[in-house]
Amino acid sequence: MTKTNDMNPVVIKNLKKSYENIEAVNGVSFEVYPEEIFGLIGPDGAGKTTLMRILVSLIDSDEGDVFFKGKSVKENVKFVRSKIGYMPQRFSLYPDLTVNENLRFFGDLFKVPAEEQADRMRKLYEFSKLEPFRNRRADALSGGMKQKLALSSMLMHQPEVIVLDEPTFGVDPVSRSEFWDILKKLRDNGTSILVSTAYMDEAGLCDRVALMFGGKILAQGKPGQLLKNFEESLYLIETDRVYETFKKLENLKIFSEFNLFGDGIHIVDNENRGEQEIIHLLNKNSVDYKSVVSIEACLEDLFLKLIPESDD
Amino acid sequence: MSQSEYAVYVENLSRCFGSFKAVSDVSFKVKSGEIFGFLGANGAGKTTTIRMLCGLLMPSSGNAVIAGYNVFTDAEKIKHNIGYMAQRFSLYEDLTVKENIEFYGGVYGLSRKQIKIKTEELLDYLKLWDHADKLTLSLPLGWKQRIALSTALLHDPGIIFLDEPTSGVDPESRRNFWTLIYQLSGKGKTIFVTTHYMDEAGFCNRLSIMKDGKIIELDQPKVLKRKYNANSMQKVFMSVIKGKKT
Repeated sequence: MTKTNDMNPVVIKNLKKSYENIEAVNGVSFEVYPEEIFGLIGPDGAGKTTLMRILVSLIDSDEGDVFFKGKSVKENVKFVRSKIGYMPQRFSLYPDLTVNENLRFFGDLFKVPAEEQADRMRKLYEFSKLEPFRNRRADALSGGMKQKLALSSMLMHQPEVIVLDEPTFGVDPVSRSEFWDILKKLRDNGTSILVSTAYMDEAGLCDRVALMFGGKILAQGKPGQLLKNFEESLYLIETDRVYETFKKLENLKIFSEFNLFGDGIHIVDNENRGEQEIIHLLNKNSVDYKSVVSIEACLEDLFLKLIPESDD
Repeated sequence: MSQSEYAVYVENLSRCFGSFKAVSDVSFKVKSGEIFGFLGANGAGKTTTIRMLCGLLMPSSGNAVIAGYNVFTDAEKIKHNIGYMAQRFSLYEDLTVKENIEFYGGVYGLSRKQIKIKTEELLDYLKLWDHADKLTLSLPLGWKQRIALSTALLHDPGIIFLDEPTSGVDPESRRNFWTLIYQLSGKGKTIFVTTHYMDEAGFCNRLSIMKDGKIIELDQPKVLKRKYNANSMQKVFMSVIKGKKT
């Protein structure tokens, strides 16, 4: 067995897992530090779920090592399961139980003594703001509230490390931001958090992130630090007819890299032309645009740059 | 313009469930070829509204005309004149690509001959001939998404409803999908789309934001950004939802 002298809550080394001919996780390494939010950012099929399922001891890896609090996950299944909290993508709430009953059920499941349950529920209600709905059936809650209840249920046994698989999927931006506020509070109270999401804009809410695609990590680090690696200048082309402008640029082939965004078209200045030269080129080729603005790259720009050229 | 000239014409539409008013006096109009974003918090009444517009749920009061058909009297005709693509799609993963297209052709009531023509057209268009006989299960998500959209268009509807069509799709495939949407819009198809990606909301010609059963904001993305003095749609959305009490 490979030894790690590191006592970080989660240490993953060169992890591999295939299903038939699909390499779901293909050589992934990272660590989650104590009391941080570590985000796995990537689309469906990137390998996030497989990785998490291996970490919480639900499935075995083909290769590589996974350590939880310094102990090999494979050899310490019981230890892992008692100390970790795992919220799967499709959560496991009981729809016909009330909010209160769900919390008690998960407390019983993890053998939390009844007298402690009441105290924990009180604390969980405090930050989830679900107390007014304590007698409502889980299936009658809104999407955002269900997510908070699933999270609370998972916290009944006070795990030191929590693993959340796309907890904000399908949740509106306001409820999502409330959910992230809760995660930050948990972190500040000492919980280490591994969370996955397909929403790029949530990467900025993590302390550190790994951008995942096709079973591999494209980049990892602090979000701000990662963006510093985006060295090329980036320009936003604002236009009233974004698709027409985009098509025109595609046909012209004067810029090697540009992408559609909600606010317009982002041009990556690989050729180091600078703003004036770009404006000149647009005018010369009578491209329809309103303005050219120099902008900072966001994580989505970085992701688009790092995704290997695919046939999609 | 008269009611039937709009792709979607909605006036004071309401729907109650018992004493709960899920949708309350909603009015808006969508022109043909427009990409219309339909945003809102979870539980704001979006799904209820869309179900009414698709002819799946009878409104309690008000009026709605979709593709020229009235939701009260012509619900069946509406179903034949709209396309619908759901979140995380509705393809049968244990059917091949070709079988999926044929299956949906059948569902939409196309004749055998039409199905054959449409299938070939689609496989050409999507450049999927090499994969026509592969199980849908084995395809990348971005492809599945385009196939799902195409099957929703088999019966050539004028309006297409997209319910969070790009959830979980990688940023590149998401953009490919939106160029497809722009092409459809260019051909005069009306696109009615819900999304929780606020950046994506910026792709829409106009969008509405729903809260507590009401539409509390409706305009072009750039106008909304100016109005709320925000540099992103995310900020607009937060201000709109948090700021206004209805």
